[in-house]
Amino acid sequence: MKCALLFSGGKDSTYTGYLAVKNKYEISCLISIFSENKESYMFHTPLIEQTKKQAEVMKIPLIIKKTRGEKEQELLDLERAIADAVKRYKIEAIITGAIGSVYQASRIHMICDRLKIECFNPLWQKDQIELLEELIKNKFEVIISGVFAYPLDEKWLGRKIDKKFIEEVSELQKKYKINPAGEGGEFETFVLNCPLFKKELKIINKKITGEKNSWRLEVEVE
Amino acid sequence: MILLINICKEQLHELEFVKPIQDILLKNNLKFKVVHYKELKKIDIDNAKRIIICGTSLKDNDFLKNMRLFFWIRTCNKPILGICGGMQIIGKVFRNGRIEKKKQIGFYLVDFKKEFFGIKGKREVYELHNRYIFPNIRDFEILAERQCPQVIKHKTKPFYGVLFHPEVRNKELILNFAKGNK
Repeated sequence: MKCALLFSGGKDSTYTGYLAVKNKYEISCLISIFSENKESYMFHTPLIEQTKKQAEVMKIPLIIKKTRGEKEQELLDLERAIADAVKRYKIEAIITGAIGSVYQASRIHMICDRLKIECFNPLWQKDQIELLEELIKNKFEVIISGVFAYPLDEKWLGRKIDKKFIEEVSELQKKYKINPAGEGGEFETFVLNCPLFKKELKIINKKITGEKNSWRLEVEVE
Repeated sequence: MILLINICKEQLHELEFVKPIQDILLKNNLKFKVVHYKELKKIDIDNAKRIIICGTSLKDNDFLKNMRLFFWIRTCNKPILGICGGMQIIGKVFRNGRIEKKKQIGFYLVDFKKEFFGIKGKREVYELHNRYIFPNIRDFEILAERQCPQVIKHKTKPFYGVLFHPEVRNKELILNFAKGNK
């Protein structure tokens, strides 16, 4: 079945794409939504521009749709991007990395229902620690690209998801109720390498901005 | 052992509609086995203490074309919980319950007037369906409604159906059914 992967460049959407390919689904294109609104309900990824490089190393066409990120308008923009994928690549399904957000998942279900295509959410309700462990097991190289919750600070930026990271976020979950996979927007991630990439991405430029418990890592990769 | 029956046409949907239920059972040290309805054998039913028929996606109605593969339910006496598509199956195998169209996606408030596997009063439930079952009321009691039947119970057998997805919200319902706590 031909599918489009709703792609942010982070661990969840990339891993869900990996699961789709592993289960013999074809990813015909990626769809990335570039939001101007950093507080967007649906799309809020610091390194969204870098999805172009990730698409290149996956050798999968990328559909980019810009949105001002206003609550309902961004959903219309998403629907237009998916409709474009249906027309251009004859996709029959959308794959998302939704884990627990009913707000996000139900809106994508409604869009797919209107466009008469399937909607796959292979990470739905998945245990967060299990997900992080699977990333390591499947050789995903993932870095932290943004932190947005106490007690996370700039020292976490650029850290790789490894066993030590899992131990530390598990502690933070117990102490501060930090979601260990960042599903509550506590942190954002960026994938530098995984089995879907034909070559590893290297950071060639980086800049850190932010204050207190809200920090972003801007990188350029090649 | 709890038998989880997978009704998904697409393999990738198993991760979305079956695995979350597996995880609930696993976390509570309850033994289970997952079988797709097209591969179900008599021994699977014989070995099961309780049976859960899981749901599937909005577009997937393939199971409705294969209703004959669910006729075993008519003679089964083991507790069965049908979720969403599973509820449609339970309602349809008895004297032709009617499948009707109704789209509900997202959170809805449902009033549980009688306690149902630990759920009572007004509760937020997660819905994801394009169709529902209106069962034959000679066989089934409707325990909760919200624009259409949300919870049904067979009048003489231990068969139950919920249209919403308790594996997303109200996980304790699955656990109480699996443990046999009414």
